[in-house]
Amino acid sequence: MTAAATSVPASARAPAPALAIRDLSVVIDTDEGQAQILDHASLTLEAGSIHGVVGESGCGKSTLLKAILGVLPKRSRIAGGSIRLGSRDLVGLPGAAMQAQVRGRDIGFIPQDPFQALNPVFRIETQLMEQLATHGVAGAGRSDRRAMRAHLVSLLRDVQLPDAEEALARYPHQFSGGQRQRLLIAASLACAPGVVLADEPTTALDVTTQLQILKLLRDLAAERNLSMLFVTHDFGVVAQLCDWVTVMYAGQAVETGPVRAVLDDPKHPYTRLLLACHPDRAKELAGIPGAVPSPLRPPSGCRFHPRCPEAVPACSAARPPLARIGDGREVACVLYGAKGARA
Amino acid sequence: MTRFVLRRLLLVVPSLFGLLVLTFIMLRVLPNDPSAALAGENATPAQIAAIRKAYGFDEPIWKQFLIYLRQVAQADLGNSTNTGRPVSSDIARRLPATIELTFFALAFATIVGIPLGTLAAVWHNSAFDHIMRIVTVGGLAIAAFWFAIILQLVFAMDLEWLPLRGRLAVGTPEPARITGFFLVDSLLTGRLDLFWAALQHILMPALTLSLGGLASIARFTRAGVLDTLQKDFVGYAEAAGYRRSRIIWVYVLRNSVVAATTQIGLLFGALISSAVAVEAIFDWPGIGSYAVNAILTSDYKAILAVTLVVGVIYAIVNILVDITHALLDPRVAETL
Amino acid sequence: MLILKKFLRDVPAVLGFVIIVAVILVALVAPPLASVESVYDGNLMERLKPPSAEHWFGTDNLGRDIFARVMVGSQGALAVALAVVVIAIAIGVPAGLYAGYTSGWGSELVMRVTDVFLSVPQLILALAVAQLIGKGLESAMLALALTYWPFFCRTVFAETRRVRNTLFVDALEGIGASRWRILLVHVLPNVASPVIVRATIGMGFTILTTAVLGFLGIGATPPSPDWGLAISESREYLPDSWWAVTFPGLAILVTVLGFNLFGDGLRDLVDPRLRRSR
Repeated sequence: MTAAATSVPASARAPAPALAIRDLSVVIDTDEGQAQILDHASLTLEAGSIHGVVGESGCGKSTLLKAILGVLPKRSRIAGGSIRLGSRDLVGLPGAAMQAQVRGRDIGFIPQDPFQALNPVFRIETQLMEQLATHGVAGAGRSDRRAMRAHLVSLLRDVQLPDAEEALARYPHQFSGGQRQRLLIAASLACAPGVVLADEPTTALDVTTQLQILKLLRDLAAERNLSMLFVTHDFGVVAQLCDWVTVMYAGQAVETGPVRAVLDDPKHPYTRLLLACHPDRAKELAGIPGAVPSPLRPPSGCRFHPRCPEAVPACSAARPPLARIGDGREVACVLYGAKGARA
Repeated sequence: MTRFVLRRLLLVVPSLFGLLVLTFIMLRVLPNDPSAALAGENATPAQIAAIRKAYGFDEPIWKQFLIYLRQVAQADLGNSTNTGRPVSSDIARRLPATIELTFFALAFATIVGIPLGTLAAVWHNSAFDHIMRIVTVGGLAIAAFWFAIILQLVFAMDLEWLPLRGRLAVGTPEPARITGFFLVDSLLTGRLDLFWAALQHILMPALTLSLGGLASIARFTRAGVLDTLQKDFVGYAEAAGYRRSRIIWVYVLRNSVVAATTQIGLLFGALISSAVAVEAIFDWPGIGSYAVNAILTSDYKAILAVTLVVGVIYAIVNILVDITHALLDPRVAETL
Repeated sequence: MLILKKFLRDVPAVLGFVIIVAVILVALVAPPLASVESVYDGNLMERLKPPSAEHWFGTDNLGRDIFARVMVGSQGALAVALAVVVIAIAIGVPAGLYAGYTSGWGSELVMRVTDVFLSVPQLILALAVAQLIGKGLESAMLALALTYWPFFCRTVFAETRRVRNTLFVDALEGIGASRWRILLVHVLPNVASPVIVRATIGMGFTILTTAVLGFLGIGATPPSPDWGLAISESREYLPDSWWAVTFPGLAILVTVLGFNLFGDGLRDLVDPRLRRSR
């Protein structure tokens, strides 16, 4: 934890991280056996930064967010590791405490699909007010409806939604996708959380709207000094929005570092191949040979080794831990363990 | 919204027309000698001839149909061979009893069924859920008339807690006829003693009638809630930190109930069907027992008149249900 | 075999299946075994006796053994229900196929007729039809079949339309496949599952409705051991001779329960989409 703080290349002593995830493992019981969705994943969300989590479908990035919030689906559970929010470990916090203190209050959430996340038969005001009524908001008691409503209106203005007053009285289907996403962003900030988790919030939107939303998020994060964990499968988005990035593959975190550093000089073979495939960089349409392994029967050790062009026998022996290689960068690969970084 | 209502009303016209055609065929066309069937078993040749003339059985079919339509429009559905009175007045007099019974049963079924179904869904696959499933399926498997008899046996004959039959004890004067619903009228006229008596009388018949409905409502509420629980907005509500009780009893329930309202319309038809047997057993003076008497005495006109009336009620209920659906789910009002 | 495994995990459905098998066995085995006297000729000296070792369900007002009558009654119940469902399928499925596959005037007409039949609750319509054809078991069967076929028609119509609207049917017709072949090979398999589910549930429902008709005196006639009729005949001997009314009713309950549970299980198995009231 503290090591990450000192590796940030800033002059002053950095504050404690907002969220520290260490060796998080999540398993799910299926009819065909137990599947390991997350395998000792580690990630540090620095205070006031926007941290992207990138990976293909099925790499476990959404599961990571769900595990943090304690809303994993039935038959899945956290099998090990810790999630520290400030001084508390969220793993092991009972459900009631998670609901009352963490979800919606200390940690805000922006969902992926703006078209499905809002309940279609309730007005916007009702749904947003629910958030405030459950957790209260600083400066207004829980039963002070007028203050809460005023708070909502100013929130809607902050996310640049036109006609904030009218918007509250309308139903979700009367808004466009981009507008609904703004509503959801507003909802996530309603109780002034310090941390915000965003689950690919721009995936369902068209490109122009995407850019607007990304800019909005960046501005809001800066204004309110938010620490944001931003899940996406698009490196382009990461480049535009994030300060830090973690690359995930098949439930394992394989590389972490400042965005520019990772994009300019990727270390992990998977990151390299992934970036090479990106339409902006690839000279021809290519993919990574092979397929993402099933979480039911994952490869031993480093899960990428069957597809890795630089694999060595040691790769399948044991899972390489995320090793620091300087400048705040970490890589989980045997090729770099030897470069003298502390394990 | 008004446009929705108007268009919905328009949709019902073909079905009602079809029903008129169907009853016309059954009444006037199919029987070997319709005029004899209409005149009744003890009619004289002169009476039969008179009917033949009045109903135009010598005329071409389409003219007969027009005559029929005219008669229906004037609420002239013939005279009952049983009571001798016009069928329409018989039905008008007895209809409130059936509606009161059905409404009471439906209300009870809804108030008990929805929470039970919701809990079964929330506690999916628990012991409660399994028991509920068997109980509700059992509720649909119980013959209403048999259950009624058993209730009578236990509560009226053995324990003597509740009256055996009828809307009120024989000899009790009925409350002033304002709505025709005894429970309402007795309250409106301040006769609490009558209210109490009427309540005791309606309890067993309503419970019997509500059984199938309760089972149905619990089942499809359960299915609806299970479905809704999979939806994204439930996951979002949880992630955003809403309280679990609020999520289920306010947000999930409203979505599930919206779909359930259309099911309740279908239920009404089933209830009216069950009401036939239930009324017969409890001597409840509604159109159900009227229909049973009619069929046992071959009172042809009465049976078909009841069919027509029930069909119309059914159509009205369905329209009301659709309107309620549109009110609850704003997206529906914009379809159609 | 995965389907079988899945079915076996659904305990209520397995229970339903067991009940149905038991009832069918009783219907097959009971009539030859039960003696004619116990079912039809009663010993008047033994009338209205409570359940005992000799008469497990007691005797009725004519001294007939109720246990034997209830067992033999299962035969009638199953036979009538089967006949009704078969006739309803024979009318409803072709109608639904036709209406679903074509889309012209004829299709509209069929669906409007279906709507009309569905616009009146089934029992009421059955009463009216029975009135027309006359009383007795055969007319009750016909009446029930005439009121049940619309359900099959609607289900088949919806499925047929759905399949017809998928692209591959257009492609098939484009390469010249005959209509019959398309119906038989592609539409029918899709339609079969919902029909089977509805038929199973229909069996239960028909047994119930037949009992009501029997009770009202419109269906079976004495001295048939029909369950509904038995309840009606024994009613006047309440409250003393409660067994005469209770056991036939329980028989109805258990049989219909079996069909309903099994039908539900089938529905879950066959198409989770149909899980309307699981």
